[in-house]
Amino acid sequence: MTTGHVLMGLLAHEDRHGYELKSEHDVRFPGSRPLAFGQVYAALERLSRKGFVDSTEVENVDGPNRTVYSLTAEGRDELLDWLSRTEVPSPFLTNPLAVKTTMALLAADRATATDFMDRQRAAHLQRMRELTKQKLASGASLSDVLAADFALAHLDADVRWLEAALERIVHLEQEVTT
Amino acid sequence: MTHPGIASPEQSRTGSMPRESADPSPSGSTVLSVRSAVYSYGSELALEGANVSLGRGEILAITGPSGSGKSTLMLVAAGVLKPTAGQVTYNDRIISNENERQRSRLRRSDFGILFQFGQLVPELTAVENVALPLLLSGVKRAKARAAATAWLDRFDVADLATSRPPEMSGGQSQRVAAARALVTEPTVLFADEPTGALDTVSGELVMSEIVRVAREAGTSIMLITHSAKVAAYGDREIVVRDGRTTESMIDLEATGTNA
Ligand SMILES: Nc1ncnc2c1ncn2[C@@H]1O[C@H](COP(=O)(O)OP(=O)(O)O)[C@@H](O)[C@H]1O
Ligand SMILES: [Mg+2]
Repeated sequence: MTTGHVLMGLLAHEDRHGYELKSEHDVRFPGSRPLAFGQVYAALERLSRKGFVDSTEVENVDGPNRTVYSLTAEGRDELLDWLSRTEVPSPFLTNPLAVKTTMALLAADRATATDFMDRQRAAHLQRMRELTKQKLASGASLSDVLAADFALAHLDADVRWLEAALERIVHLEQEVTT
Repeated sequence: MTHPGIASPEQSRTGSMPRESADPSPSGSTVLSVRSAVYSYGSELALEGANVSLGRGEILAITGPSGSGKSTLMLVAAGVLKPTAGQVTYNDRIISNENERQRSRLRRSDFGILFQFGQLVPELTAVENVALPLLLSGVKRAKARAAATAWLDRFDVADLATSRPPEMSGGQSQRVAAARALVTEPTVLFADEPTGALDTVSGELVMSEIVRVAREAGTSIMLITHSAKVAAYGDREIVVRDGRTTESMIDLEATGTNA
């Protein structure tokens, strides 16, 4: 996950200037660290160079001109591509997973979001099967079992969270797109 | 928990089924398959197009939120309920066309069914409970008892042979119930939330023993569960949402790529 993708997601429905992107991010993801302005502008600069965003100078009667950013067609493709990729099922990736799910709901339609969640669930299940096998293997030591238990408990929590998100999808969709 | 028998063959609401999956056959030969199954309890449409293929020796997890139709799907697959529309095939038999007597005989000879709890006869001892399905299929008493004792032993509860269900813990009675479901050496075990009433550790012990025993015997399992942890004992997962099956896609090439 990169800041660039999150910013592109925030530009999916409307053009914004840098300050708006920063405050929008901080409101949408209250659990994560607030973005620094420097981070926002550096990321926007990279996105411009890749052709994912366009910038336009807008005259401002009260002060200096402002730069407004918009998502290009290439940027939208990249965003949807990112949203279609599952996150590595690891117990420590809960936050990127939550961010991506919210982004999927925010930037894409419900079918894309549901599709992402279904595939993420499948990826989690696959990892959980491997861990369960390791745990049941005849040579597994107590510490192997405990380590597998730890990972399984966290992955299980992710899956339950995804399920709940899927159930709430209609409500969330209404909230995040307004 | 659902109760079979309240079924009334109502006309099926069809409509579009955009996310219905065809459940591509598992590798190896298919033992049981459910095709476009529809089932309604009176006017309550519980299954709206379910597809499942169960491979020989495969452990297939059926997951989904509560009320999505998992138990109904299992009862249809096991021939307990007759689908309102669609087809259930076991080996070469179209069991959805058979009558209740034929299906009930098939269930006794080829299927084992394990529920969350409450399957044991409280007045009978563990060994009598486990021997019961054999006695019902005409096996002689002494032989049935010997087989029952061996199955209790496989589930590590041989010492409970003369105990009655009210004296057993949840985990113990579920092991006895599992022994009973497997004593006829069924081709397919249907298990509906088999560890749903147990705490984490005893649930895991029961699950791992069911899996071990089924792998040894080559028994296929249709494992109904709302829990991903339990589903992870399976080889494959089918998700049921609003009465429809959706095979979960594995997308491992794409996993973990970063832009
Ligand atoms: N015996 C019954 N009579 C009427 N409706 C039922 C009966 N059993 C289940 N249902 C309904 O059918 C739907 C699917 O139920 P079920 O198969 O038990 O789902 P699950 O096992 O996934 O929780 C639910 O809406 C439930 O209320
Ligand atoms: Mg159920």
